[in-house]
Amino acid sequence: MSTPRLVQVRQNVLKHNDVLARVLRERLNKAGVFAVSLVSSPGAGKTAFLEQTLKQLRSTCRVAALVGDLATDNDAARLARAEVPVKQITTGTVCHLEAEMVARALEGWNLSELDCLFIENVGNLVCPSSYDLGEALRLVLMSVTEGEDKPLKYPTIFNTADVAIITKIDLAAAVEFDVQAAQQSIQSVHPEMPIFELSAKTGQGMQEWLDFLHAQVQR
Amino acid sequence: MHELSIAMSMIEMATQEAARQGAARVTALHLKLGQLSGVVKEALLFSWEVACVDTPLAGSRLVIEDAPVVVYCSRCQRERPLDSIQKFFCPVCHAPAPEIRQGKELEVIALEVQ
Ligand SMILES: [Zn+2]
Repeated sequence: MSTPRLVQVRQNVLKHNDVLARVLRERLNKAGVFAVSLVSSPGAGKTAFLEQTLKQLRSTCRVAALVGDLATDNDAARLARAEVPVKQITTGTVCHLEAEMVARALEGWNLSELDCLFIENVGNLVCPSSYDLGEALRLVLMSVTEGEDKPLKYPTIFNTADVAIITKIDLAAAVEFDVQAAQQSIQSVHPEMPIFELSAKTGQGMQEWLDFLHAQVQR
Repeated sequence: MHELSIAMSMIEMATQEAARQGAARVTALHLKLGQLSGVVKEALLFSWEVACVDTPLAGSRLVIEDAPVVVYCSRCQRERPLDSIQKFFCPVCHAPAPEIRQGKELEVIALEVQ
């Protein structure tokens, strides 16, 4: 048998996704659509947050949402109550969304009729960090019930996100959540990241987040 | 766990490259893995063995070169490797250092073929 020889390769393993994400980003930009993706662990209140955001935005902004889920369409059904276009992306066994799934879900949609598109990732703080979805803004959500050190346990996802949102802030006192310690954890893994503390249930802090989003969309 | 699908992409990439080189087998794959790639090394190594079965990479080694996170410190005006990805601060002057220069790599560097 011949002796082994070394072949130089230098190729990005996720090149396929990265190329598709770049194409998608250009398409969204050209159509004037501001895309926001959301990542969190299961149960962080992503769907409640998104439902409130969609309801508040729809009077001033043409919004739509894509919702990734392993199997069910419960979240999409719930979001449809916000009376904006919602589409489910069922990932099956795949634990994250990829650019290709987003592009496929947008088939048949007229992007020029949209201003803002939300993409809710599968509840998972590990796998989604590797995949660019062509979004303009990536949000990472954590709830007050998850503990202040969550960002230190999952530094990569907090680092790849652009904005952190602390949800269920109305429960903070009850679960003895230390907001300052959480902010420190976030700033430690991603200095200068904007942080919002809010409750989708009571509406506390929602306006600050929406003002920030409006400013981003209009930029 | 997305490491299995990542292992499969690497195997597909290596199989194509081996065919282009006229090689029957790949005996090793060298990967550069950034600390911020979002890929767990142990999970990838575990997935590798499973995914290689019945491919031209069966029995091959996955050689991982860890790439630390390097940030740019605007106060020192220098690139600095981070001690820990839990602390994005310059290890010398302790200024916050959000600007990443290296550490997101997930890159096949080389193959050993036969
Ligand atoms: Zn410094």
